[in-house]
Amino acid sequence: MTRFELNGKTVAVDATPDTPVLWVLRDHLGMTGTKFGCGKTLCRACTVHVDGVATFSCLLPLSAVQGKKVTTIEGLRGRVAEAVQSAWDKIQVPQCGYCQSGQVLAATALLTSNPRPSDADIDQAMQFNLCRCGTYRRIRHAIHEAAKALEA
Amino acid sequence: MSSHTNLGRRQFLKVSVLAGGGLMVGIDFGWTRARAAAAGAFTPNAWVSVHPDGRVSLVCPRNEMGQDVHTSLTMLLAEELAVDPKQVNVEEAPPDPVYINKLMGSQITGGSTSIRDAWDPLRKAGATARAMLVSAAAARWKVPAAECHAASGYVIHDNRRLAYGALATEAARLPVPDDVPLKSAGEFSLIGKPLPRLDGSDKARGRTIFGIDVKQPGMKYAALATCPVLGGRVASFDASKAQKRPGVRKVVDIGEGVAVIADHYWIARSALADVAIRWDEGPGAALDTAAIYAALEQAKDRPGAAVKQAGDAAAVLARTKPIEARYTSQMLAHVTLEPPNCLALVSSRGVDVWTSTQFPPRARDVAAQVAAVRAEQVRVHPQFIGGGFGRRLDVDFIGQAVAIAKAVPGTPVKLIWTREDDVSHDFYRPPSLHLLSAALEGGRISAFAHKMISPSITNRLFPGVVNDGIDGFMTEGIVNFTYDIPNLDLRTVIQEVGLRVGYWRSVSNALNAFAIESFVDELAHEAGRNPVAFRLALLDGKPRQRAVLERAAKDAGFDAKPSSGRAFGVASMECYDSHVALVAELSGTGDHAKLEKLTYAVDCGVAVHPDQVIAQIEGGAVTGLINTLRSKVTIRNGRVEQSNFDNFRIPRMPEVPPIEVTLIPSDARPGGIGEAGVPLVAPAIANALFGLTGKRVRALPLEDAGVTFV
Repeated sequence: MTRFELNGKTVAVDATPDTPVLWVLRDHLGMTGTKFGCGKTLCRACTVHVDGVATFSCLLPLSAVQGKKVTTIEGLRGRVAEAVQSAWDKIQVPQCGYCQSGQVLAATALLTSNPRPSDADIDQAMQFNLCRCGTYRRIRHAIHEAAKALEA
Repeated sequence: MSSHTNLGRRQFLKVSVLAGGGLMVGIDFGWTRARAAAAGAFTPNAWVSVHPDGRVSLVCPRNEMGQDVHTSLTMLLAEELAVDPKQVNVEEAPPDPVYINKLMGSQITGGSTSIRDAWDPLRKAGATARAMLVSAAAARWKVPAAECHAASGYVIHDNRRLAYGALATEAARLPVPDDVPLKSAGEFSLIGKPLPRLDGSDKARGRTIFGIDVKQPGMKYAALATCPVLGGRVASFDASKAQKRPGVRKVVDIGEGVAVIADHYWIARSALADVAIRWDEGPGAALDTAAIYAALEQAKDRPGAAVKQAGDAAAVLARTKPIEARYTSQMLAHVTLEPPNCLALVSSRGVDVWTSTQFPPRARDVAAQVAAVRAEQVRVHPQFIGGGFGRRLDVDFIGQAVAIAKAVPGTPVKLIWTREDDVSHDFYRPPSLHLLSAALEGGRISAFAHKMISPSITNRLFPGVVNDGIDGFMTEGIVNFTYDIPNLDLRTVIQEVGLRVGYWRSVSNALNAFAIESFVDELAHEAGRNPVAFRLALLDGKPRQRAVLERAAKDAGFDAKPSSGRAFGVASMECYDSHVALVAELSGTGDHAKLEKLTYAVDCGVAVHPDQVIAQIEGGAVTGLINTLRSKVTIRNGRVEQSNFDNFRIPRMPEVPPIEVTLIPSDARPGGIGEAGVPLVAPAIANALFGLTGKRVRALPLEDAGVTFV
């Protein structure tokens, strides 16, 4: 049994320690907001926060989150996350939407550590999250919008 | 593949009372009328329902894969029904002939047809239902209907109003009015206006349920190993080790592969690695990239089918010194971010499949065939699609899921492919070879010949549709050739190459546009003309095409002779009944080019949901970059050499430049837009690259020519 804190609540999971957190979330805990895209941290649709840091759950073994705080899109809360999601609404970012959980978590982590990111900062932080629909320009725009809203 | 049928006549609409009260409008395209007439009965199919509690539902005949059909089709309905689009509950349609896309001949989401197809019938359904609700209210109030009007889900007369829900059952019993007039463009209050996507908020919050997310009680998971050689089959296997793993329920041989069914997906995946499989690789093992292109090359002297002809191109080319060029395009995978997956249940009730599909009737048919049941015993539950791009017109993964689920009757099984499964077992964007020649006389093109050689996707998917050697999807980008040239000879040659090929967003428009728009650029330079002016001179009588070309050039600040280290490239075409022009701006040197900006001008007629039209062009641009920069599929010994996003590289944020899109206002019927942003990216960038380096690259992807895009 592995215990960790998921979105503020302690959970206990009976899965082999090598089971990636992605599949623990999706299959064992029924939280499907975190997405499978490549299985090799190349697309980062599987982004979650572990102790507040954007982390890629498709290769992250369950054993690595024992006792830690995991936040998924379902449990994402707070001023920064709200600003990001409001900006996503305002700019109308999503198309198919499949990568957007990961994009929102990555953007929230970026703005938490860097409230006024430059374009270069955004490139640096967001370059790992693939969007097959090509919403990148709107993601960039929405991050700037969220930063503005947070400053106000 | 476009045609327009006037569906504005009353007999296409069926209005009836919903079970439990309310009003239901069915729209009949004619296929069901014939079928129903034969059966002596008509069963109305709901498109639109107004329930007694006031809820309005739209059974959306097309699948939402990011292209905004849920919202934009709802806007068509809501505009005429006079309801708030946010109050409309959108459901995806099950397979049924009533939902056939008349531009595609089947219930298909593809070909940039959804708006073009739904433009008349959905507005008509809304207008007719509204007129009947108004009549019901007028009858209740005993006033002339002309004194009443409808707004936001109410019928209003002076200071009183009645909600649609309270009127729906009475309205449904009234005679269906003839030809209710539709609003003119000037009267639109929703169409052409801003509106948040109905699915946008959920998508930013991880709430959308895609096919891969569907759950059913007692569900198990499956992982499938298929032969690394396309078309290979299982010769033998040993699952004794895998079967000992805790949580493994069954190991199943489905012929094309071996599947492990387990309590959890990770167990299935891990156990699959323990299954020792010997493959019968079959004839596919001989396939490689060089042989594929050699097969195209060998077809170059075949005449193929004449697609567009004028004058006598052969004679003009024979008497002049023609300019000649050959272009090639690469094979590509779709790499939808949601990998292929399907949840299937085979039971005494038949088959249920929950899946992301662009083609529900074909999903039904493959499920019926694999489970050996009648089509009527299959229920398809279409889900939100995490990227389609044409991949989900194929149903291979659905057949596999049913084959696996058949081994455990009564248990729902969800098959999930890995990214590696996906890249190595796609239906690939076909390779193409283009032979072009042209005569320049007096600074104008006097003759133009183009022969496109490629395998036919349609031959595989819809064999009956390919007639006289013409695949209507290979001729895209040719039938809609815009330039006024007196002597034309445009042909396609179907040449199979032993590879399974599939429709990839913008299909042959992308292949043919790269060849034609690059070659026209060559001719402009050969003639010593500005490439924009050279094209404009060939667009007499095409005012909409001229307008987008002029606008894109102006917005981009197109300069045929910019300062050193900068270059502009232009491309222009008509596709999907829309008019598009694109200018690409590059900076850099011969080895390293930086994409500075993509500037589009688009005339798609009425833009139903303008912000999302722009979004489709932006997304189309990025898909166009996949086609342009470096992505490619290569094959060696029957095996696809790419496997995941590390070696099938698609654009990431830093390499996507600003994309500026101007929509030209128009009251013309809507054109298609889902694919229209894709085809011009490659020629516009290749043309700019020529300006930057003096080097004409005639093969995609461009980086194969030694330039690196940064």
